[in-house]
Amino acid sequence: MAALTEEQSILRDQAKSWVSDKGPVETFRKLRDAGQSFDPNLWASMVEMGWTGILVPEQYGGSDLGYLTFGLVLEEMGRQLTPSPLFASAYVGASALVLGGSEEQKTALLPKVVDGSEILALAVDEAPRHRPESAITRAKKNGAGFTLSGTKSFVQEGMTATTFIVSARTGGAETDPDGQTLLLVPAAEVQRTPMPMMDGRNYAQITLDGTTVGPEAIIGNQDQGYTLVETVLDRARAGVGAEMLGTSAQAFDMTLDYLKTREQFGKVIGSFQALGHRAAELFGGLELARSCAEAALQAIDEGADNTAELCSLSKAKVGDFLHEMSNQLIQIHGGIGMTDEFDAGFYLKRARVLEALYGNQAYHRDRYAKLRGF
Amino acid sequence: MTAEANLEAVRDDARTWIESNFPKSLKGYEVGLEGGGDGSSDFETWRQKLAEKGWGAPTWPKEYGGAGLSHPEAKVVAKALAKAGAFNPIPMLAGMGVTMVGPTILEYGTDDQKERHLPGIASGAVRWCLGLSEPNAGSDLASLQTKAEDKGNRYVVNGQKVWTSGADISQWCGALVRTDPEAGKRDGISFVLLPMDQPGVETRPIKLISGASPFCETYFNDAYAEKNDLLGDVNDGWSVVKRLLQHERQSQTSARRPDAVTEESLGEKAKRYVGVSKDGTLSDADLRQRLVKHLMDEQAHYLTISRIQAEAKGNVEVSAAASILKNSNTRVAQTKAELTMEIMGSQGLGWEGDLFTEEERNSVRELLWGKAMSIYGGSYEVQNNIISKNILGLPETTQKG
Repeated sequence: MAALTEEQSILRDQAKSWVSDKGPVETFRKLRDAGQSFDPNLWASMVEMGWTGILVPEQYGGSDLGYLTFGLVLEEMGRQLTPSPLFASAYVGASALVLGGSEEQKTALLPKVVDGSEILALAVDEAPRHRPESAITRAKKNGAGFTLSGTKSFVQEGMTATTFIVSARTGGAETDPDGQTLLLVPAAEVQRTPMPMMDGRNYAQITLDGTTVGPEAIIGNQDQGYTLVETVLDRARAGVGAEMLGTSAQAFDMTLDYLKTREQFGKVIGSFQALGHRAAELFGGLELARSCAEAALQAIDEGADNTAELCSLSKAKVGDFLHEMSNQLIQIHGGIGMTDEFDAGFYLKRARVLEALYGNQAYHRDRYAKLRGF
Repeated sequence: MTAEANLEAVRDDARTWIESNFPKSLKGYEVGLEGGGDGSSDFETWRQKLAEKGWGAPTWPKEYGGAGLSHPEAKVVAKALAKAGAFNPIPMLAGMGVTMVGPTILEYGTDDQKERHLPGIASGAVRWCLGLSEPNAGSDLASLQTKAEDKGNRYVVNGQKVWTSGADISQWCGALVRTDPEAGKRDGISFVLLPMDQPGVETRPIKLISGASPFCETYFNDAYAEKNDLLGDVNDGWSVVKRLLQHERQSQTSARRPDAVTEESLGEKAKRYVGVSKDGTLSDADLRQRLVKHLMDEQAHYLTISRIQAEAKGNVEVSAAASILKNSNTRVAQTKAELTMEIMGSQGLGWEGDLFTEEERNSVRELLWGKAMSIYGGSYEVQNNIISKNILGLPETTQKG
């Protein structure tokens, strides 16, 4: 754990006890069993805790506590797989508005993000693989505004969102990072289809077919939106890093607990050296992953020069660890780990989705190499 | 004074002192592993000045030759030295003295032992070696056979030690010896301090796969250790050595961090030897993958060191994390050596001669020598035993002593 301020420690403890009280993994299980992915009461309770305002400046009703602080909450959510639009709306969506939004946009939307009545969702991906530089969705000039056509997929919290933040091409060639613009599109103006994925959470494919928006929909600068997209994506990646850290830490704790209690051949299985060493390796991996996750969030808060590098490091290294940890969670639990009745499967399923979100490990290793000049 | 203002004052004081005391002739001088000087009087003068200032072992109490600095203050001094192109050869000159023997004497020694031994270490005047491993006691250190018999006013020591680094040039040795052959494996062991310059001690250097090495075999034939040089209680040497080994791990958690300004990065080296494709990426795609993984592991390792330091508010105690960091450091360093050799291709295999640059010849030796990292100071596997038992609380997996 990074050296936390007193305020951060209090907030983390609050999140910890809230999650074990209101949002433990059973909460997710009940929702999944009911075929749902959104619990309005849970959401209202999160709003009440003030977490929706952590990244929002005080003049728009937030507390402006920063990314490392939000990461502490995400880590706790990640531990218990607590489902909610908190990350998509109050972290990713709020980041886009705070970074690129006009005064009017911030005044109109941020207070509602904080009170939970507005749910934002970032719509960037179009293909099975993350390639944010090549938006194909078109935004054609239409008077002072635009007419949109295209399809966005893998949109986190896409079924509950009230407003989408869409990257669209206003100029340039298809694979050209230049010529992109970020636009606010009300959910009522798009067609959305649920994309039920393995983790049982809320994703949508959204279709823009002749949707029109006015010039006030532009976030940041027209045609130069990719710089903003990348900055927002990096923040999102660091946030996923924090959530993955929590998910893998919980998977580690469950595994360690099992090693100490499960008996075979007349002794606890943790007394076998092969498993003791595996646990030691995993613990080392967890410590290294934690350093990467926290360093990325701290870099964002400090505006460090190497923020992009650290965000890719976090996404790749924590992703690699979660991948391995989620596999070992099942392996070490043996048969019980394969049953739906036990929670291990939830962690494996969530792991694979989080790994893919905003670029998988391979994507970020390639990006990191480019940032390091080779 | 606030903590920051205090560090600032230490920094100013250090800068001024170095400016007026560090001989310009020594600027940029590279201290070898043994800390040997260039024979110049300037080098000797500089060592004496450092010793007087207490900077040889800056965190030790002033009465024993240190400067009584806190860890953050000592760090500031080290940085100021590096910034001025100066150096502190004393930890190398003292062998195992500053990093391991001294801190253990500070914890377990009598006042008399502290007074007799610590100032010599802190000034770099006395070099220490450690007699721990034996031919049949490596990872299973507690099975050691070297015995020390109580002969009234002295212990008489007989047996053989191995991997005693610097034994042939040391003046003193800290040795683990069996004082009660009847007691349980770990219960009959004591830790004694003995002078190396005596007829009963013989050393033979060991040549390694990488060439000459600082390691020796050390033979004790009726060697003596004075009674007042028993460190800790008799038959309680195991707890002394456990602490000493924690200090060792602590000193092995971090390889020398590459100097970002002067040192060519591995990525740059790869581009120079391997070449780049049209898109500017390394033309060997497989190597590129492994290189980026390695650089990420390296960065994660350094971030972990910083994080642990930050959590401890700069005051890093020998701790549980040391085992994790030692293994992580080993993996990073060994992978780096393998990649460096691979990047250089056939040039990286050069053993001697002018057809190879010094850098290329060194890459072979670094790779070979680096294999020792996962063996010494508690092997990679022993560290994993420590992590699983002491940190994770899993049951003991190895034979109990």
